[in-house]
Amino acid sequence: MAKVVDARGLSCPQPVLLARKAMEEGEFPIEVLVDTGTSRDNVSRVAQKAGFKVKVEEKEGGFVVKIEK
Amino acid sequence: MSSFFASRIGIIVSGAIIGALAALLVLWGNPPNMGVCVACFTRDTAGALGLHRAAPVQYIRPELIGFVFGALLGALLFKEFKPRSGSAPIIRFVLGFFAIIGALVFLGCPWRAYLRLAGGDLNALLGIAGFIVGVAIGVFFLKRGYSLGRSRPTGTAVGLVMPAFALILLLLLVFRVSFGENAPIFFSKSGPGSLHAPILISLVVGIVAGFLAQRTRFCTMGAIRDVIIMRDFHLLSGVLAFIVAAFLVNLAIGKFHPGFAAQPIAHSNHLWNFLGMVLAGMSFALAGGCPGRQFFMAGGGDGDAAMFVFGMLVGAAFAHNFNLAGVPDKIVDGKLVVGGPSIWGQIAVIVGLIIVAAIGWTMREK
Repeated sequence: MAKVVDARGLSCPQPVLLARKAMEEGEFPIEVLVDTGTSRDNVSRVAQKAGFKVKVEEKEGGFVVKIEK
Repeated sequence: MSSFFASRIGIIVSGAIIGALAALLVLWGNPPNMGVCVACFTRDTAGALGLHRAAPVQYIRPELIGFVFGALLGALLFKEFKPRSGSAPIIRFVLGFFAIIGALVFLGCPWRAYLRLAGGDLNALLGIAGFIVGVAIGVFFLKRGYSLGRSRPTGTAVGLVMPAFALILLLLLVFRVSFGENAPIFFSKSGPGSLHAPILISLVVGIVAGFLAQRTRFCTMGAIRDVIIMRDFHLLSGVLAFIVAAFLVNLAIGKFHPGFAAQPIAHSNHLWNFLGMVLAGMSFALAGGCPGRQFFMAGGGDGDAAMFVFGMLVGAAFAHNFNLAGVPDKIVDGKLVVGGPSIWGQIAVIVGLIIVAAIGWTMREK
């Protein structure tokens, strides 16, 4: 089971902060739910920069950013 | 194409284009070191509407209208137009209100602080230092769980409020509508409000900037915040490109004049330059975006960002109705008279710092 982080509707930079917290906790894979292109790009960039694999899927008018080791 | 805008090179190129255009706007008629100033232009627009009666700063600024249209265009083309609201709208209004009071005590938002620096106005260093401190205080609150809660998807009408408002402003401007003698729409006959590029040029520059910023998420506050929070230099690289491009254009067109004293539409009252921008920086950080970004988000359907913009509009009106805004330096009989805010402006900044800090301290995600 993936760890799900629901960051929908949150302002910058909270989605990134939540995603970072989850990455630090080290339980992978992580699915970050976001609802704006901005949050999708920001979470993806930070996860990639930290050296993780990132996949993005569209879901229910938003996005799932999947973060894997 | 989408990935270009999200890339490092994408934001650097976009930042450079916006910075160069902003510097050129001065050549085309905008006030000195004020090619684009979101706070000043909101104040001018408030004045044109008669929300304040400071005669030198009244003009509906097409750049801001362009910001909204450009962001709307970017959002629609890339299927990112999402009407949403409900994340403590009234708090966003209050943050916008105090952000612009702080900015107008300094005489510029972060956009103009960077442009003033690029024009050689070293007072901008005090403003930018204050701004960084303000953003850092915002980060402190964010790290201990500050949140205005979640926005929710909502009806299209919410997302169209700001584009509709922008369209009405454009019509009022283009047709120079008069509502009677001594009634709006006002157009400054002297002072900064009388200095402006042709409407079409300003509008097009605004649209280009709005489109690029919507795509790249360009943010003059996020640039500082992301470095403080997580050493992420993505947004900062865009802002640095913005400053360097504006600086180079200023050099080329002979508008770089380094110094502190009597800089155009600026004062060298260091303490209040600093404190005004602490207040602005905190407010922008707690609202999740610089004033430009609030316009871009509002154009993309964010009703909460629109509330912030309306907060700025009302704050700008208060700033001039109640003599809160900074007064520029003057040269009288060959002597420098240092400007700055009145006692009321100083009180407003202190009150603003307390209220915004209280918001940062008490608003937490449940």
